[in-house]
Amino acid sequence: MQASVIVFPGSNCDRDVAVCIEAAMGKAPLMAWHGDSDLPKSDLIVLPGGFSYGDYLRCGSMAANSPIMREVVAQAKKGAAVLGICNGFQVLTECGLLPGVLMQNKGLNFVCRNTRLTVTNNKTAFTAQYKAGEEITVPVAHNEGNYFADDDTLKRLQDDDCIAFTYAAGDNPNGACLDIAGICDPSGRIVGMMPHPERRAEAALGGEDGKRMFSGIVEALS
Amino acid sequence: MKATIHITLKNGVLDPQGKAIENALGQLGFGGVDEVRQGKLIEVNLSESDPQKAEAALTDMCEKLLANTVIENYQIHLDGEA
Repeated sequence: MQASVIVFPGSNCDRDVAVCIEAAMGKAPLMAWHGDSDLPKSDLIVLPGGFSYGDYLRCGSMAANSPIMREVVAQAKKGAAVLGICNGFQVLTECGLLPGVLMQNKGLNFVCRNTRLTVTNNKTAFTAQYKAGEEITVPVAHNEGNYFADDDTLKRLQDDDCIAFTYAAGDNPNGACLDIAGICDPSGRIVGMMPHPERRAEAALGGEDGKRMFSGIVEALS
Repeated sequence: MKATIHITLKNGVLDPQGKAIENALGQLGFGGVDEVRQGKLIEVNLSESDPQKAEAALTDMCEKLLANTVIENYQIHLDGEA
């Protein structure tokens, strides 16, 4: 199994994610630079959190148009599993692999705290090790995490079971439509989420609720 | 040729920054402000001198990068236009 982590100028969760993947897979992932136009064939591609290109223009918009993303989109369309976390989720919406957009938080504040999440869909390639409806705790750290899409798109997400995670009742940190914390494509192979599973993947970090995202995808792809 | 592009949030899309500005104007004592919406203004200098070709190129730029049409509208103004 080949895993790759894409590194943009301004990414800051790339090494944390790499540690989680290595722990789950037993092998370090390839770290791929944004300016590369070649990406070795990858079974798993992770777009990490951070502030790619300084969040210029719109969060994720410059990264979505970087040379490496043409490769990521091409491989995603051929069946690679893709996980976008936080800024990575913003990149996935900007490049069109996932619908909607992450807008500025409703309260205008950067929110950095643990959130309680409900695993709404445990049939994605990443969430099979969670129970359906399980409540987990994973931290968020973002200023633009307010998921927005038009009513038709929201209905389609619900009908196609494409809402992967929601914030538990009363714990929506950003005003996201339908309390959406993470979504997937209809195949369940492409997942984007605002919370950071890599920041809660070891007991030393306060909990291990995020770890099963990584062990789950490795199990699914092995 | 110089172009100015106005990017604004679509109607119905929440604009928390606009709302904060609106509240601040109220606190400063400015009455009669019904609503504030915040957007972006982008200036582009083009080597193209044909207005039609310039507009077509700018539209493509807006669709591909400058605006996110899920939540934003854009208006292109070429220099010299009213």
